[in-house]
Amino acid sequence: MTVMRYREAIRAAMMEEMERDSRVFLVGEEVGHYQGAYKVSEGMLERFGEKRVLDAPITESGFTGISIGAAMVGLRPIVEYMTWNFSAVAFDQILNNAAKLRQMSGGQLTVPIVFRAPNASAKQVGSQHSHAMEHFYAHIPGLKVLAPATPADAKGLLKTAIRDDNPVLFMESETLYNIKGEVSDDPDLLVPMGKANIVRPGKDVSIIAWSRMVHVALEAATELAKEGVEAEVIDVRSLRPLDETTLVESVTRTHRAVVAHEGWPYGGVGAEIADRLQRLAFDELDAPILRATTLDVPMPYNAKLEQHVIPGVARVLENVRAVLYRS
Amino acid sequence: MRPAIDTSAYGIHASSTASERPAPSAARNPHDTEAPDVVKVLREGDTLDPTTDPRVAPADVLRLYTAMVRLRLIDERLTALQRQGRVGFHIGSLGEEASILGSAFAMRDKDWIFPCYRELGAALLRGMPLQRYLDHMFGNENDPAKGRQMPDHYSWKAGHIASVSSPIGTQITQAVGFAWGAKIKRDELAVLAYFGDGATSSNEFHNGLNFAGVFKAPVVFLCRNNGWAISVPTERQTGSATFAEKGIAYGIPSVRVDGNDILAVIKVTQDAVARAARGEGPTLIEALTYRMSGHSTSDDPRAYRPEAGLEAWKELDPIARLRRHLAPQKLWTEATDAAIEAELEAELKAAIAVAEATRAPSLDSMFDDVFATPPWHLVEQREALKKGPRPKGH
Repeated sequence: MTVMRYREAIRAAMMEEMERDSRVFLVGEEVGHYQGAYKVSEGMLERFGEKRVLDAPITESGFTGISIGAAMVGLRPIVEYMTWNFSAVAFDQILNNAAKLRQMSGGQLTVPIVFRAPNASAKQVGSQHSHAMEHFYAHIPGLKVLAPATPADAKGLLKTAIRDDNPVLFMESETLYNIKGEVSDDPDLLVPMGKANIVRPGKDVSIIAWSRMVHVALEAATELAKEGVEAEVIDVRSLRPLDETTLVESVTRTHRAVVAHEGWPYGGVGAEIADRLQRLAFDELDAPILRATTLDVPMPYNAKLEQHVIPGVARVLENVRAVLYRS
Repeated sequence: MRPAIDTSAYGIHASSTASERPAPSAARNPHDTEAPDVVKVLREGDTLDPTTDPRVAPADVLRLYTAMVRLRLIDERLTALQRQGRVGFHIGSLGEEASILGSAFAMRDKDWIFPCYRELGAALLRGMPLQRYLDHMFGNENDPAKGRQMPDHYSWKAGHIASVSSPIGTQITQAVGFAWGAKIKRDELAVLAYFGDGATSSNEFHNGLNFAGVFKAPVVFLCRNNGWAISVPTERQTGSATFAEKGIAYGIPSVRVDGNDILAVIKVTQDAVARAARGEGPTLIEALTYRMSGHSTSDDPRAYRPEAGLEAWKELDPIARLRRHLAPQKLWTEATDAAIEAELEAELKAAIAVAEATRAPSLDSMFDDVFATPPWHLVEQREALKKGPRPKGH
């Protein structure tokens, strides 16, 4: 075990997989000479050279299409966007090509590829740079979507993603890059997709979250403990495939659930989870499932307004108290 | 205060009414190919230009002639099947056969082709069985794409044909990535990327050429300048005098070729493949041709271009021009076309009958190939479907 930062865990995953498999390469804006916009790829150009760490021209649709082609010929690209917001320019390539080529060609063509970038809110970057894009992508059959909250999961899930034969979208967070945690040194330790993690057990309410919101949920659980409420915090980690078994089992114990995520409430992954729980655990529920999300408006720039729009501990607590009928 | 803009220089008149608007565009002048930079091989009379002649074996020339005639007949039949409501859609290549078959012929078997959507001839020349193509057009259970794609959106991995792409230009960057990836893997192959003149306006064209120029990807970009992007003529597509010159800005050797001269198309494509094989990177070919039909069966070109304008182009028909070259050498007689037609007719009749009679892919097959391994929720949906009542015929 080594204590490392989230960004270092991602780098370790990429470097180990690039050592292991010569077909894996990294492409993106400023991933090489600049060492990555968020220094995730620091040292990688020096280690692997310009053929495997590529500084792409500033055109997401361009290097996405090029990487899809490279995946079709048998390479295994890791595509870094400066942020997931900019993947919108490449949305057509992801939606209409990466996600569908296997299906459209009747299984003849495959796209083993990883797209990764920081996702959701950062700090005062305004409406166009604060999107929680996982909701858009998790909607699409043919794509897998991961959103790790810890350095250990960041490494283990990214390695699984790189070895997977499907397009996998990997949601990081600017606000998590500096957090530290223990990470395994075993180059073959993989964290499976489609498996949620109970990060804090409890019996009174389930708080379901991913990425940065796991940390917010844990803070909320600490607050709730002072009130005598034992909240169970579940880190979903993998949004598609989704581990509904762990979620149903948790709600079967607690009978109440709050889904806490960044991104708008309308038609998001939280709504998907609420639908699954009401269908699969209807008789276990003692309260409607509530969601603590970003407010349903574009993200404001002003710090005070922004903090009000982004879901924080207060919004999670408010929703938990509501499902406990304590508000 | 902003000065008034004199729009007269642009041919725009604020007061113009429908009747004052310029006559429908010609899109391309039939005499464009007489420009000195345009590569040609077939000359008036029956001679070939010895400086550009690719010296294709007579048997291959005859094979290509046959392929062009067959392609045109297949187009006619598929259009008829669409009009009869038996297939949903067809996109043909009437008038553009030489640019498609000549370029495909010049590629080696190991090379890949990233089609636009008008290059059926290339797939057939590569050996895609007519039966498989018709299975695809009818979307039956023998369709290599398993009935999932709209007609003429085939893919054929065994013949190194990637998937036809509907969104304009997306195959260009993918072809570049494929070629570049192959180079990294030390697979010695080149990639032929087809697109029309309209796709040069897409960001993928610029992205693809830029990347290929910088990384010397072994790609042959083949722009079929057929005069039209559905109803938009070339003069409304670009302000450049040619499409080929766009390659120069990306450091890519670029050439214009008479796209209705199959030997000339072979010559420039072979040169491009040789450059790619020497590690010198991409080439942009602008093939000057003309779309004699509508864009597809969904389009009626009479709405935007007069039929009379096609007369000059008929003189330049690629099949007629090759025929004029073959006839004096006794490689072609009236009986040649009749024999090609009779043979194809029998093949088509049988293949259409089989394709039409072949059942649709099973309902539960729709859950396959969405992921490498079907996830549990799809398996569950498939099992539920199998248990439940089914519509007739499945």
